Amino acid sequence: MQILFFIFALLAVCGALMVIFSKNPVASAVSLVVVLFALAAIYALLGAFFISVVQVLVYAGAIMVLFLFVVMLLNLRGTDMEESPSGTWGLVGMMAAVIVSILLVPVLFGLLGGSGAETKEGPGNTELVGELLFTKYLLPFELTSFLLLAAMVGVIVLVKRERDSRRDRGR
Amino acid sequence: MVSFNFCGVLSAILFTIGAAGVLSRRNAIIVFMSIEIMLNAVNLAFVTFSKLHGGLDGQIFVFFVMTVAAAEAAVGLALIVAVYRHIRSVDVSLIDRMKG
Repeated sequence: MQILFFIFALLAVCGALMVIFSKNPVASAVSLVVVLFALAAIYALLGAFFISVVQVLVYAGAIMVLFLFVVMLLNLRGTDMEESPSGTWGLVGMMAAVIVSILLVPVLFGLLGGSGAETKEGPGNTELVGELLFTKYLLPFELTSFLLLAAMVGVIVLVKRERDSRRDRGR
Repeated sequence: MVSFNFCGVLSAILFTIGAAGVLSRRNAIIVFMSIEIMLNAVNLAFVTFSKLHGGLDGQIFVFFVMTVAAAEAAVGLALIVAVYRHIRSVDVSLIDRMKG
């Protein structure tokens, strides 16, 4: 189990590095798919099977199709995308060092329950998650449907109005 | 069977890589992908803490974060398409005027 975790963790980190260092947006998108699948596997190893399946369905299925669709729709060939000036990377490296050191403080000081804490084998939790979702968290669950509806209407308005105004300008 | 400390370290590393991508890249689509990486790192932390404390509320939270991320990705990519139609580029350093 531990060795599987390390394999998928390495896969996730390498994929994430590929996402931000790759010149080609399509290669970045495919690397992001690798990261999402590796994280889905890690969720499964942790015993969060519902989250693992939702991760594959929503992220790797829906969101990545959206990303690839936009990348190919805009047809970016890298000609108009020069890289950041070299001075930026030093600053980014410093910021990254600060962020990772802040995030690692609770881990290093053993606030996660000591190094001996490990996940326990347990039965599937999908039923329990569903029960919580429809009892304790019913109102937020229903509100997300409004959020998705608003996002859908917003996207249609954003993309459609632009086309109309350009047609008006052309007249 | 998986140590929680390693999950915390992995979450921190992924969040940092995502933050570095947001700060350094100029392609708006790559910036959005880096934000997705950061959201996933936070999700991993939520699941880890949820398993650590034995409750399921963290996993419910991950579910809601995923929903919001889906809405955010859809609206953000629509914005990128709208901006691309205006200035024929997705370079975030070129987007510097409030009224096109």
